[in-house]
Amino acid sequence: MNIREVLTSSLDSIRQNKLRSFLTLLGVVIGVFSIIGVMTAINVLQSSVETNLNILGTNTFFIQKYPAVQIGGGHNWKYRNRKNLTYSDYLQLKDSFSGPATITAEDWHGGDPIKFKDNQTKNNVGIQGVTPEWEFSSGYFIQSGRMISRTDMEQMRNVAVIGQDVIDVLMPLYDPIGQTITIRGVKFSVIGTLERKGSIFGQSEDNVVIIPLTTHMKMFANRWSSLGYAIAVMDMSKFDDVRDEIVFHLRLIRNVPLTAENDFEIVSNSSLIDTFNQITGAIKIAALLISSIALLAAGIGIMNIMLVSVTERTREIGIRKSIGAKKRDIMNQFLFEAIFLTEIGAVIGIVLGIVVGNLLPVTMKVDGVFPLDWALIGIIVCSAIGIVFGTYPAVKAARLDPIEALRYE
Amino acid sequence: MALLELKKVTKVYQIGTVAVHALRGIDLTVEKNEYLSVMGPSGSGKSTLMNVIGCLDTPTSGTYILDGKTVHNDEKKAAENSTNGMLSDDDLAYVRNQKIGFVFQTFNLLPRITALHNVELPLIYAGFHKKERIEMAKEALRKVNLIDRMHHQPNELSGGQRQRVAIARALVNNPSIILADEPTGNLDSKTSQEIMQLLDELQAAGNTIVLVTHETDIANHAHRVVHFLDGLIASDEQTLKGKG
Ligand SMILES: Nc1ncnc2c1ncn2[C@@H]1O[C@H](COP(=O)(O)OP(=O)(O)O)[C@@H](O)[C@H]1O
Ligand SMILES: [Mg+2]
Repeated sequence: MNIREVLTSSLDSIRQNKLRSFLTLLGVVIGVFSIIGVMTAINVLQSSVETNLNILGTNTFFIQKYPAVQIGGGHNWKYRNRKNLTYSDYLQLKDSFSGPATITAEDWHGGDPIKFKDNQTKNNVGIQGVTPEWEFSSGYFIQSGRMISRTDMEQMRNVAVIGQDVIDVLMPLYDPIGQTITIRGVKFSVIGTLERKGSIFGQSEDNVVIIPLTTHMKMFANRWSSLGYAIAVMDMSKFDDVRDEIVFHLRLIRNVPLTAENDFEIVSNSSLIDTFNQITGAIKIAALLISSIALLAAGIGIMNIMLVSVTERTREIGIRKSIGAKKRDIMNQFLFEAIFLTEIGAVIGIVLGIVVGNLLPVTMKVDGVFPLDWALIGIIVCSAIGIVFGTYPAVKAARLDPIEALRYE
Repeated sequence: MALLELKKVTKVYQIGTVAVHALRGIDLTVEKNEYLSVMGPSGSGKSTLMNVIGCLDTPTSGTYILDGKTVHNDEKKAAENSTNGMLSDDDLAYVRNQKIGFVFQTFNLLPRITALHNVELPLIYAGFHKKERIEMAKEALRKVNLIDRMHHQPNELSGGQRQRVAIARALVNNPSIILADEPTGNLDSKTSQEIMQLLDELQAAGNTIVLVTHETDIANHAHRVVHFLDGLIASDEQTLKGKG
């Protein structure tokens, strides 16, 4: 009996028991769908992270009190007990360091609407206090006017450089330079505008107001405020040297004992990617676990259905044997039917998984992906499930005694 | 040489501690192109005999030779202390496929496929290609005069038509022998006559037929009648047709 015959007969029997086949397929579909969906989504995220992670600029790294992403809870006290990164630490660091890099200090807060005449932004604008070096580490460019200067810093001036989203909301018809905006009741004079930067992970980078760090500290700092330092390395080949030197000086400044670990975090592109990979790794394992359980359940379901099918078709088996079907023919027929069922489920699961997994890139406006490797793994695993759970019913069918099978009502 | 030869064939069914002796020592020889009917009361062992001849079942003891091939042989088995005296499961399947054409009282067609596909089935197991199969199956359906119904499923056919599909399926592989176990048992007398006429024609065309029946006028279509009683052959004689 050749493959084509087996396939047609499997298809026939699946068609003849549509509802039952559908319910059996559901388990396989869910199992395959969950793994393919998650893997697709993660692949999408991964590729967008890799392209977007020039958030920092490849030549920039950050020093901050808290890690960029915290995995799991419970360790929060460790970070909270650290001394804040202060402006004085920053000044000392700048004094002691002389490598090929600029060091920026910055502070950030959100939640304050920006007002201009009768207009007002939502409270989702990022308000950032920066030192003049920000120009070199931020990845932003001035469109008109000027950046925050040293004098602005020293005199704690109420001046602001604003992003395009803020301009769109507050003063689309004005020349922003020289206008006066209000933040928390305090007037700021607009001295510059930033070029549009676009969005990362669906979040606009242009909804920002930049003011001098000293002004920001005076107006908004509290005892929890800790600054971030952005270090832009001029010569990429010196990146590691610069990082080591900065760490060395900062430990001295902050009196960290020799044997203790750093009391601050170093965040760079590669450390962010590492963190991201740790998170996605955990998600992948969870997805694998879920789909394994679903597939195991599906396998048992398939075995159950096939056993029912063998019983229901006992007479058919008897008839086939009486006209010359060998054990192997019957065995193949039922085994292929089980494999065929799981494969149909696998294909549906893969298609659904890829479609749903790719909804994410559509909303995030990045390229879609097709996880060929996982699709192949899905197909192979489902064949294995069909074989493992289809064998027992198939053997049972093949072993039926022809006369008894013929007599079965 | 005889087409089939049974010597001292017995069949015992063991049900718990009870042994049912369905065949108690059957000696029977059937020549090529013979037309034999088997009669006897219910439970006398007729179906068991057909199953043994049709290789659906194996004897408990005795010798069975079909078309020169030893299907079962006690002595050989004992002497060589091996399974040489018996055919393997696969061999039995092969014999059923190539040498036997079974016709059952209950037709035993697969319900959800067409007449043509039903007739095709033995050829699938014989390994023929699709094109050849269709040709051969159509030819067999032509012989039983059902070519115009080949795309019908069994439930769209009358009892007589179903039995003719079953006969076409039995014929399609050019078997050495056609075994019909009460083929008219589920049919009215007019349809029965049509089926018997068909079997007569097949025998006249050179086929060998063994037929089980309760009814004397059906049995008299054959040339020879064997009467069963309690697992033994009680009589074995020529019919009028056989003598004539
Ligand atoms: N599979 C079986 N298991 C047990 N007993 C059986 C089996 N098949 C047949 N028999 C018994 O063997 C005897 C002969 O049966 P059978 O050949 O079917 O008779 P017939 O066809 O002449 O009516 C009966 O007593 C029947 O009950
Ligand atoms: Mg009977």
